[in-house]
Order: sequence, then structure tokens, then C-alpha cells
Amino acid sequence: MSKELVNAIADMEEKQALDLASELLAKKTDPMLILDDCRSAMEIVGQRYEAGTYFLPELLLAGEMLTEITAIVKPEMAKGQQIQRHGKVLIGTVKGDIHDIGKNIVTFMLDASGFEVKDLGVDVPAEKFVEAIREFQPQVVGLSGFLTLAFDAMKDTIGAIQAAGLRDGIKIMVGGGPVSEEVRNYTGADAYGKDAMAGVTLARQWVGVK
Amino acid sequence: MDKNSSEAKQEALYQRWLNPKDGAGNDLQFQSPEAKKAYEERILRIRAAIELKKPDRVPVIIMPSFFPFYNAGVSPQEAMYDYDKLGTAFKKFIHDFEPDSHIGATAPGPGKMYDILDYKLYSWPGHGVAPEHVYQCNEGEYMKADEYDALIQDPTGYFLNMYMPRIFGALQPLQMLPFFPGMLEMYGLAYNFIPFAIPPVQAALKALMDAGAEALKWAMATGAIEGELAAAGFPQLLGGFTKAPFDVIGDTLRGTKGIMLDMYRQPEKLIQAMEALVPLMVKMGVGAAQQTGHPVIFMPLHKGADGFLSDEQYRKFYWPTLRAVMIGLIENGCIPLPAAEGGYGSRLEVIRDIPKGKTLWMIDQTDMTKAKQALDGIACVLGNVPLSMLSMGTPEQVKEYAEDLIKNANGNGGFIMGNGAFFDQAKPENVAAIVETAKAHKY
Repeated sequence: MSKELVNAIADMEEKQALDLASELLAKKTDPMLILDDCRSAMEIVGQRYEAGTYFLPELLLAGEMLTEITAIVKPEMAKGQQIQRHGKVLIGTVKGDIHDIGKNIVTFMLDASGFEVKDLGVDVPAEKFVEAIREFQPQVVGLSGFLTLAFDAMKDTIGAIQAAGLRDGIKIMVGGGPVSEEVRNYTGADAYGKDAMAGVTLARQWVGVK
Repeated sequence: MDKNSSEAKQEALYQRWLNPKDGAGNDLQFQSPEAKKAYEERILRIRAAIELKKPDRVPVIIMPSFFPFYNAGVSPQEAMYDYDKLGTAFKKFIHDFEPDSHIGATAPGPGKMYDILDYKLYSWPGHGVAPEHVYQCNEGEYMKADEYDALIQDPTGYFLNMYMPRIFGALQPLQMLPFFPGMLEMYGLAYNFIPFAIPPVQAALKALMDAGAEALKWAMATGAIEGELAAAGFPQLLGGFTKAPFDVIGDTLRGTKGIMLDMYRQPEKLIQAMEALVPLMVKMGVGAAQQTGHPVIFMPLHKGADGFLSDEQYRKFYWPTLRAVMIGLIENGCIPLPAAEGGYGSRLEVIRDIPKGKTLWMIDQTDMTKAKQALDGIACVLGNVPLSMLSMGTPEQVKEYAEDLIKNANGNGGFIMGNGAFFDQAKPENVAAIVETAKAHKY
């Protein structure tokens, strides 16, 4: 493990982090170890976010660093080398709503926390969620929405999942600006996350990761 | 009183608001002497609250987004394209609920104008969202990371030649427009006019003229709606709108992700650009107030809410230029109406640093008791009935919530009852419960 790389990412030293990652690769460090460092750094970022020292700019910059480092590391990975995953999360912004910033942050935080995430994008109809659950077989489904109309779309989506006989095998979380416990109750979701880290915490609990 | 003082300027705007004109510029004919009296009383009630005094009773303002149209069975698409339906629905909304003031039927905007311009910044009913849904912003980096200098040096040129061609498909040829400050003397002048001979530029100019014609048609329609409501005794609250410089860049220029990365990658440029925007944003609000004759200038606040930025980041990047715009408005007789969308609990200490009794803060999810405590004697607070309660709660819950607001946030005045966030869907009986609770509370 490169403590330097972990700290550079966690401390928002973008240039230093990229230089270190390149140096490590040049020294033939196993790409998987570099990605492990990224994951350790993201854990620190997540903790600082939860503690209220980090906010959106840090989450976004951490996401950028992760994307940049992954882009240089991936081509160096040996064939068949795969990242270990805790479980699968299907995510999307519900029908009628095209907001995606919150959803994107939850997606990369989940990804960085070791989940395999399938992102269906925005304005996703209920049928598409149902279809994707059949194909992708996630343990967790995340429904995102920012508008009041999203409450009904979330409720409809969960209804469709239920009607398709898929509800029992999965946990559903809802999130987005105005989403509250009241909304959770209305939609029939299992839980709501007030921010990206809450979404990660829920997914971890549900698939049994410490 | 010095007629150039901010007080005199504000008084002049209040007088114009109290004495509205019709479309032809004559004194507005009220429906009845009672309507005239109600119109004046409503404005004075709101004014007293803004000036931190006690009016005769708790004032109430409902600030919806598309609710008036859903309430009348009119789809967002119809509200944007059919100005008759827009007016009928909006007037029904005011007569159904009778709030002390309203924000006009202007939220939907002219659908046909957006069509003509091929507006890329939003998706609207029939253009990327369903007819029964509301328009939504397509966030993106419409301004690139390396364009700060262009914006800082020549904001108008930047908008004309670079930004507008990106956000309006029909105005893409404007990127060929000449450099206007080059029109200095007879020698060389002709070169500046060559772009206007190019067919795509001519097509863009035609699109501008067509868009203008539609905008005027819409403005006549919405103006007539407001005139009718004023004649019936219901004043329009807003004199115009402007924005916090951080949101100008973070909402529709660089986007949320762009601006937040810039905070780390090029903080000096970002601050310099926001400072360059301050006089423009002041001018935007003051200019609108001068035109409409209403002092209250709406400022929707977005990216400085709780959770977006740390306290330190808010103090460094968000507040200084927001405050400068607010001060600029106040010096010109306007009353800023910043709407603190989302939570603002962590900002309450910082935002106290403004002149007393000249601002109206709309409070969304922030604890209203704390907001009132922080702003007591400084600024009037408005709002706070939660959006989720309006759409999913019961009238009893709303009434109880509103009564708690009066108990906790009323203080010695300086409070206006209202909803916390702009809303589309709500149960009408819940909206009515807000108004009734306020009206029942005499001082």
C-alpha cells in the first residue's frame, strides 16, 4: 500500500495523486494495489464527509481523481484480473425526473466502496427497472428523484417491482433533495438515504459488509 | 429626505407598487373601492413585516411553481403554450386561496419561444419531458473550464458570441458576430458589418425577431393576468429577479460539478469572475424593479445550501458576492428576497451581516425557530411549510405546523406565512390550510 497515494487522494491533492499513481505504475506496481489504495482513500473521504469536514466539492473532486487514476491503471491490468465486489446495486432517477447529480455521486461512492453498480440513467420508466432487476440481479435498488412528481414515480416503480414478483429478494432505497421518512413511507421503500454516504451505509448493511 | 438615498428610492418604488398602472400607462381601474382598499392593505401588511413591524395580522404568500395549473387541471404543456388556459388557471388559483400576494403567472414561460430558439439548457413538456411534467434544467458545462478570462474581460461579448450559441440551437451563428468594440471610426468600419450578410447569421437574427414577437405576446398575456388580479385586489409581489454570482456560474455556466472542481483547480479565477458578475447582477435586479415599479427582487439560492459547501467554503466562495449583490439592490431601493432552497441552518450566523429591515428571506427546510432567532431584528422570514407535507400530509397537519410557526417564528413581527419550497403537486386543502391559519392570527 502507498500511504502517500492514499493521503494525496484523501487530502484533495489532485496533481500529486496522479503523479504518484503514474510513478507506481512505472515501477510495475500491481494495478490492483493502486486501486485498493484508491478505495482506502475513498473510505477516508467518506468518513470526512460523514464527519462534516468534507462536502460536495470534495466528493466530486475525489470522484474525478478516481476516474483519472482508473483510466491510467486499467490498461495495465492483467487479463482476467478483476476487482472484488461486495454486491450489486441497480440505480436510476425515476420516470419524469432528469436530475442526476445526486444519483451520480451515490453511484461513484458505491462503486468506490466496492459495489458493482448499474446506472440506468435518468427518466427511467418502471418497466425498465423491472427488466434490469431480472437481468442484473441486484441485491439493492436505489431510486433517485428531486421533484415532487418523483414521489409518485417511486411508488409506481416499487409497485411494478412488487407486481413482477421481484420485491422479496431485494432491498430498495430512495433518495434525493426533498426525500424524507414521509416519502419513504409513501413510496413503500425499505429505507431512505439523506445523502450519498447514507446510501453507501444502507447498501453495506443490506449485503452484510462491515 | 435626500432623493438619492436608498430610503427615498425604496419609498418611490413602494409608491409605484401601491399605485399600479394599466397596460396603457393610465391609473389602474380597480374592480371596486373594496378591491382598491384590499390591494393597499395587502401591500402595507407585507411592507410592515419586511420592516420588522407587526401588521394587522400574519401576512401570507403562496409561492408555487406549477401548482396553479395542476390545481385547475391544466397540464404544464398547456400552461406553456396556451396563454388563455395559463390565465384562467392562475386566476383560479388566486381566487381559490386568496393569499396576500402572488408571484405572477410567469413561471411556465412561453413554450413557443423556447421552440423558436431551440433552447438546449432545459427540457420542457413535449421537448424531453412528458406533457404532464414540468420543465427541468439540463446541467452541463456550457462554459468551459478555460473560459474564465473571456467571461471576466467581456461578459456581454462572452454571452453573445460563446454562451448563447451553445444554449440556443437557432442562435449558433451568433458566434460569427463581429467584435463590437471594434466599431471605432470610419476607417475599417465596414468589416464589422460583413457577418450580417451571411445567411446563417441572418437566420439567427430572424429567430431573435420571432422569439421577441412571441415573448411580447406572452408578456402582454401575463401582464393582463396580473392587471386583472391587481384590479381585484391582489398585488404581484415580485419586481424582478437576479442571482447570487456563485449560482450564476454553478447553475447554468460551469454547472455544479464544474464550479466545485474549479474551487480546487482555479479558485482565484472563479472568485475574480464572481466579482465581475456583481455589478451585472445588481443591474439586472435594479433594472427590473425600475421597469415594473415593484421593489421586491427574487433571488433563488441553490449551491450554497447546507451540505453543498463547508462553512469555510461558503464564507470564501459564496457569501461575499451574494452579499455584495444584496447590498447593491438595497442601495438602489430594492428589497432582496433570497430563497434559501434546501437547508440553510449552517449559514444563519453568516447571513446576519446585512442592513436591518430591508430583506425578506424565504426559508425552506431550515429550522424556522433558529432562522427567526438568527435574523430577529435583521430580516423578515417567510415560508417553511414543507413541500412533502403539502403533497402528502393532511390539512390538520398543515394547520398544526403553521400554528407552530406562528408560535415560534412570529416574534414581534417580521414574519410572513408561506410554503418553504416552490411546488408543483399539493393537495389544495393543504394549501388552503396555510392561508386560513395565517388569516386567523390577528396581532
